[in-house]
Amino acid sequence: MLTNQEVAEGLLEKFGDQVFDFEEPYGLLTLSTTREEIIPLMEFLKDHKHYQVIFLTDITGVQFPDNAGKEYMVVYHMHSFVHNFRIRIKVSLSAADIHIPTATGLFASANWMERETYDFFGILFDGHPNLKRILNIEEMDYFPMRKEYPMEDATREDKIDALFGR
Amino acid sequence: MADIELLPHNVPSQSELPELVEELTTLNLGPTHPATHGIFQNILKMDGEKIVSGEQTIGYIHRAFEKIAERRPFYQITTLTDRMNYCSSPINNLGWHMTMEKFLGVEVPKRAQYIRVLMMELARITDHIICNSILGVDTGAFTGFLYVMQKREEVYEIYEEVCGARLTTNMGRLGGMERDLSSTAIRKIKEFIKSFPPVLRELEKLLNRNRIFMDRTINVGPISAERALSYGFTGPNLRAAGIDYDVRVMNPYSSYEDFEFDVPIGQNGDTYDRYMVRNEEMWQSLRIVEQAINNLPEGPYYADAPEYYLPPKDEVYRNMEALIYHFKIVMGEIDAPAGEVYHAVEGGNGELGFYLISDGGRAPYRLHFRRPSFIYYQAYPEMCKGSSLSDAILTMSSLNVIAGELDA
Repeated sequence: MLTNQEVAEGLLEKFGDQVFDFEEPYGLLTLSTTREEIIPLMEFLKDHKHYQVIFLTDITGVQFPDNAGKEYMVVYHMHSFVHNFRIRIKVSLSAADIHIPTATGLFASANWMERETYDFFGILFDGHPNLKRILNIEEMDYFPMRKEYPMEDATREDKIDALFGR
Repeated sequence: MADIELLPHNVPSQSELPELVEELTTLNLGPTHPATHGIFQNILKMDGEKIVSGEQTIGYIHRAFEKIAERRPFYQITTLTDRMNYCSSPINNLGWHMTMEKFLGVEVPKRAQYIRVLMMELARITDHIICNSILGVDTGAFTGFLYVMQKREEVYEIYEEVCGARLTTNMGRLGGMERDLSSTAIRKIKEFIKSFPPVLRELEKLLNRNRIFMDRTINVGPISAERALSYGFTGPNLRAAGIDYDVRVMNPYSSYEDFEFDVPIGQNGDTYDRYMVRNEEMWQSLRIVEQAINNLPEGPYYADAPEYYLPPKDEVYRNMEALIYHFKIVMGEIDAPAGEVYHAVEGGNGELGFYLISDGGRAPYRLHFRRPSFIYYQAYPEMCKGSSLSDAILTMSSLNVIAGELDA
């Protein structure tokens, strides 16, 4: 069995202050890193002889428009089958420089997950072999999951936010 | 033998020869093609009969569920989930409820957990039965499909008895089930347990050792365990490649640890192995259903969490507190904490994950569905490279790509 403590210490030893904000929401080890270190970090977890975090479960994006300088976040979920150990890694990006290296070199599955993240948030994955929209039409000129695009037409008056959702 | 002199005019000069142009044929498989069983396009480059490369276009039924979910109170998201993998909607519904229960810390009573296991395993049977019998259709055996479809109908009648709907079930509530198992439901489940094995056995007789079926499926669309892991395969498709990852065993939820069942695995990761893994999983699901119905615990079918679970209607009319809770729940005024949670269940096609970020509002700040089909379908061009078109269709069929789950 692998404990959160053990992996957190291992990562701190290897990456020092490049890994920070350690948390354990619902028992899942969560940490943040920088975009320079995300690929080495994933590679370290994947190739580590003991951890064997070989499975990339998910990549997704989140937007925090009010968080100046850290408007976007890419969240990676990884899984070690040998130890049944899950880890969540977050990378914050600023809206002005919305680039992050691709993980397609490590995991083939990252291809579409990154395309989906790009499609919805416009996060640019540098080095991606085929970074284009996947679920939406290619002619679309905006990134629909961003918070500035509300679900409902803002001019409608018959639907009050207090009664219908957010 | 005398030398034959070739006369100059008999030999065409190099410049006169028609230039040999090697051209690949582009073939559109889809978007609406009966063999894709759903709306997605594959642009295949063919060299004669052989597939050289493929490119997929998906998103034809993208409905922006993640965006819609950001505006919906937590209770109203369930209806979005059953439109993802519509062959096994109860798993999606209950998976979402379990995510919310984990997030809010609601403890569900044993009886509700067992009913959920019952419904999820019945859903797994309907999911796999479609996939396997359609694989038969694609190889030319139509009869088996129509025959087992009757059994799916019976499961849908059980759904109807439990939640009132057949396809888009919206089953269960946050904290338990919406109603207890009725005596009719129990009777129908017991009938199903009796009547399903002979039907499944006949489907097995039709296909499992059928020479034509075996020739068509063995070594068709294989994927190695290593590539399958790299491509993010989960569920039956990963197990067919030889890796025994099952969320029900590794991270048991809803009392799966109480049940005895085997996790079948394959060896080659080819179409036949995927078929056989699904086939065996149906037997295992039936085993779980049987154990669940026989050991169904007594007790309440919903949690004692009045702030999240709708009170009984007659209470609402007579009781002030029940009325308040009812109003708050219906209006979506739920006191959700800020935080994030990831919960995964074993869906029909693999690990169905829900990643929820809440800022304490009435709707999720961000909700992401980890849809297994979406992630493994990208391996399809690699799997069908070098095979013929008819084999590629079987490969796709055995992957069980559900368009609703693919696009969300």
